[in-house]
Amino acid sequence: MNLRRVSAIVLRQIDLMRSSPTRVVPLVAWVAIDIVLWGFITRYLGSLSAHGPDFTLTLLGAVLLWDFFGRIMQGVTTAFFEDVWSRSFLNLFASPISVSEYVAGLVATSVLTSCISLAVMLLLARFAFGLSLLAFGLPAAGFLAVLFLFGIALGIFASAVVLRLGPASEWLVWPIPALLSPFAAVFYPLHVLPQWMQWVAHALPPAYVFEGLRALAAGRGVEPGTLLLAAALALLQIALALGFFVRVFRGALRSGLLARYSAESVA
Amino acid sequence: MTAPITARTDTAPPALDVRDITKGYAGKAAVRGISLRVEAGEIVGLLGPNGAGKTTTINMILGLLAPDSGQVLITGLDLARQRAAALAMVNFQASYAPLPGNLTVRQNLLFFARLYALAQPARRVDELLESFKLTALARTRCGLLSSGEQARVALAKTLLNRPRLLLLDEPTSSLDPATADDLRRMIRDLAARNGCAVLWTSHNMLEVEQVCDRVLLLARGRVLLQGDPRRLAAEHGDASLEDLFIRIAREPLAHGVDA
Repeated sequence: MNLRRVSAIVLRQIDLMRSSPTRVVPLVAWVAIDIVLWGFITRYLGSLSAHGPDFTLTLLGAVLLWDFFGRIMQGVTTAFFEDVWSRSFLNLFASPISVSEYVAGLVATSVLTSCISLAVMLLLARFAFGLSLLAFGLPAAGFLAVLFLFGIALGIFASAVVLRLGPASEWLVWPIPALLSPFAAVFYPLHVLPQWMQWVAHALPPAYVFEGLRALAAGRGVEPGTLLLAAALALLQIALALGFFVRVFRGALRSGLLARYSAESVA
Repeated sequence: MTAPITARTDTAPPALDVRDITKGYAGKAAVRGISLRVEAGEIVGLLGPNGAGKTTTINMILGLLAPDSGQVLITGLDLARQRAAALAMVNFQASYAPLPGNLTVRQNLLFFARLYALAQPARRVDELLESFKLTALARTRCGLLSSGEQARVALAKTLLNRPRLLLLDEPTSSLDPATADDLRRMIRDLAARNGCAVLWTSHNMLEVEQVCDRVLLLARGRVLLQGDPRRLAAEHGDASLEDLFIRIAREPLAHGVDA
């Protein structure tokens, strides 16, 4: 893997953000709105039940972590969409860059952009609503790592879908986090779900994170084994997503899809 | 019919060696056994009517399309097995492959310089900005440039990696006559001085006669004729290369290409 080629993808995204503030706004605007909205909701709920559950930790913490996951995934897909929108595939893949270098570049770009979002979320949550990630203790690092890995897997998978189905399928990608959230049990315990939804949830690493979050808020500890299982699951999903992307890419080379990739030519 | 392969002049592998490549879409053949060689310093014209298989052939040489059969060797490197090393030797320009319009000229060139893993990308970009008289436009977004300026930037991009093989798909189609003439001179100079091999497609037969050392005429996915563009027409009883082109485009069957 050539790091110069990987860095080309990251530096291109930095150039785009520097020259166009409209690319920076979505990184901070939506997460800020979410934190403010849910911050006031948790404050209100907290005032209703002064001796009840710690809503700040469970609800606002869940929002913060779920938004972080969404930003990771969108960091990958948005960097990929830059090439879709600017019709760059011909110039890009006629260069020596390999599929793995390209995907590594998308992932590295996502790390950069999601760190910006995370910093904004943490600052807002801390100073406006008094929530600190430190309140979660060491498990916070595990929560973020699992969500990071799963976001990467989903971002690669979503990019492969758009590569296969064409730019018009972009609309399929944006609602993916919302579609997954009921199964990931972001705001309620897993046991309230019907059995079939629980089966799906067990295949989703975020479900383990949010169960762990609620266990912490209830004063119970988080089992490291559970987080390790979630991380292993997410790593497996990254491998599967990467395999899917490579398969779609090779199929695109055979079918000619890559050479004539545009909104009009891809079915 | 597969075109005869030009005799090699030295022991070094040719810049481009295409061996009997085929490609079909949905059961319909687009390229049927094309073989061609381009030696270092040679400029070869790839001509043919629309649908002859030129772009499909170029896409296979660029690794954007996998052949159904056959082999593409770039400076002796098998594109299928040594993709990165082979593509590091190539660059291309085509009007249907624009550079990202939301990056500035300099950002675009730097992006591609990094993709080609150049050791000193900024230095190489500055050299090309100067030699293509693009320094004043360096901070302008490519999407805001005129088509002629965009073509100059695209050509500067093609030289970033000092390619051994250059693929130019109708490079002068959007240029005014003076700029087009400058470009033709520059490419001839590049081929002569640096030994860069060039595969050039164009519908401008006068340009082809002026620039190319050799031409290949494609029809229905095959190489029908090849030779010196300044003599080919006379050898086939036509007054000009354009007349020969038109005759082949209209009557490929008479030239041995089956349906």
